[in-house]
Amino acid sequence: MTEPATSRPAGRPVEIDERIAAYKGVWVFIETERGHVHPVSWELIGEGRKLANTLGVDVWGVILGPQGEANIAAANEAFAHGADGVYLMEDPILAEYRTVPFNKGLCNLVNTYKPEILLLGATTLGRDLASAVATTLATGLTADCTALAIDLDTHSMAATRPTFGGSLLCTIHTLKARPQMATVRPRVMAMPPKLSDRTGKIVNVALGMQEQDIITKVLDYIPDRNQDQAQLAFADFIVAGGRGLGKVENFRLVTDLAAVLGAEVGGTRPLVQGGWIPQERQIGQTGKTIRPKLYIAAGISGAIQHRVGVEGADCIIAINSDPNAPIFDFAHYALVGDAMKILPALTEAFRNRLSVNRKTI
Amino acid sequence: MHVVVCIKQVPDSAQIRVHPVTNTIMRQGVPTIINPYDLFALEEALRLKDQFGAKVTVLTMGPKMADQALRKALTFGADEAILLTDRAFAGSDTLATSYALSSAVAKIGQTDPIDIVFCGKQTIDGDTAQVGPGIATRLNLQQLTYVSKIVSIDKDARQIVVHRRAEGGVQVLKTAMPCLITMLEDTNHIRFGTMADAFRAARYTLTEWSATEAGVPDVTHCGLRGSPTVVKKVFAPTAKTVKATPIAGDTPESLSQTLIDTLFSAHPGLQEDLESRVASNSQGA
Repeated sequence: MTEPATSRPAGRPVEIDERIAAYKGVWVFIETERGHVHPVSWELIGEGRKLANTLGVDVWGVILGPQGEANIAAANEAFAHGADGVYLMEDPILAEYRTVPFNKGLCNLVNTYKPEILLLGATTLGRDLASAVATTLATGLTADCTALAIDLDTHSMAATRPTFGGSLLCTIHTLKARPQMATVRPRVMAMPPKLSDRTGKIVNVALGMQEQDIITKVLDYIPDRNQDQAQLAFADFIVAGGRGLGKVENFRLVTDLAAVLGAEVGGTRPLVQGGWIPQERQIGQTGKTIRPKLYIAAGISGAIQHRVGVEGADCIIAINSDPNAPIFDFAHYALVGDAMKILPALTEAFRNRLSVNRKTI
Repeated sequence: MHVVVCIKQVPDSAQIRVHPVTNTIMRQGVPTIINPYDLFALEEALRLKDQFGAKVTVLTMGPKMADQALRKALTFGADEAILLTDRAFAGSDTLATSYALSSAVAKIGQTDPIDIVFCGKQTIDGDTAQVGPGIATRLNLQQLTYVSKIVSIDKDARQIVVHRRAEGGVQVLKTAMPCLITMLEDTNHIRFGTMADAFRAARYTLTEWSATEAGVPDVTHCGLRGSPTVVKKVFAPTAKTVKATPIAGDTPESLSQTLIDTLFSAHPGLQEDLESRVASNSQGA
């Protein structure tokens, strides 16, 4: 039986399986900006390692950037986190992120060395680059995955992500194109252990572009003043509110509890849309993914949109008046009741229990 | 100056319900809206109309009923509206969608050359942020994602300077038009349309293009056939096997005491962690 011609994207060779079999190995794009590696890169190396072990292949990191000692340090970090090798593309053109040279560099590497899987962080840079690369290579890209696995029947990557505005999960495969691409948001995957005696190979590859051929120029870079930015993704303690709080005035109860705990404050998407909290404090699929030691959710029903953003928390305490709220399916402690009454009581109780607070009063 | 705004009609996600037994989306009766992120793109385009007299064309791909989204965009002040609709587009993933849309954008540009294509940052139903960059890549437009501000436009030199949100900072980028911009949220507020625009929108005859009419070169690149990604499974998340520990109490106060007792005995070290966190906070303050 031959495949019906219609099931094959035009312009591809008939020997589709042979073509796919030529792609081997798991790659992780190591995101560097101004010499700083985004930690999502290491989380992805950890996840890529698991996929590679199932497939019996190697994990390679890809670093694109200007010449410098920082690249070797980043490569060594990649080895320590589980990479077997690193493709290193150094060129002054790559000093600041721009879509065109990064897209060309990464596509050239893929076309030369043919990885079967390519993972990138779902950051502003990673999403911008992944979309351009997947379009250039005419391959499948699944955004914001919350779980990655290998389907042994099809030898393909099963990429799971929330769908339909976060009410369901779906598993997506790329069967007839390579590489299989996915982005994963920071903090979704656990940081792998670091073994500093691991080593690996570094392969240098040239970009082969001229600056005058690149139309977009970076005139300036204005760093954020860190103090102004909520550090939700890396906070150990977080208190958040949802629509169950009723009105914006009640959000103060969340802030009060957070102050006593030394916690960061967050909220759900409806609260951002309602203007209660800024976007940078949104927790969930389209906001921040968090992995705190303690997470207290008040008046949050727990839609998948929110769930996937908080499941990495060590301990989740949920306060909700609806005993059937989905948040109780994944919380560790369930407080069924009126958040407007429980939050002030909880604030007082923590204030009395934590010795530091007692001393300062 | 001619700008094209790509919009999408999406179900109002706040009102989507999942059938508890079949796990299917209950779409019946769910109102549709213009993807909220696209409104920031549309408003930015309309500001170029105010400033430079730019012509604003809105484009969407979807079923026939997506004409409602286009008509809504016209009430805000868009000049022309084109609906890309064809059974061949059904089941498109982001790669197939950017293929169809880029064909239509190219066709629009044949009669009236385009300076800027605007898209929203992402949609609220797909949340991929892949279609905008896909269109830019296919049409070789300079790609400017997550733009928080258009700083300046030099119409004669066909150059544009924008602020682009990056990790940990803002890039100031200068590039040449034509370019594709995806607007960041909360960068502007969609205007109230005028009565004149509302009347014009009601009377306006939408342009409707099939794949052939849009100049799509190869329909096998469209729809399900042209989509490299395959959705194998849609499912509701399972509850954790270990149920949440219920914390009860006669009053909020006793409930809070029980919770803290349970919490600190089950998580030794947590109290100390919290205390050192609070201590370091008060030192910093």
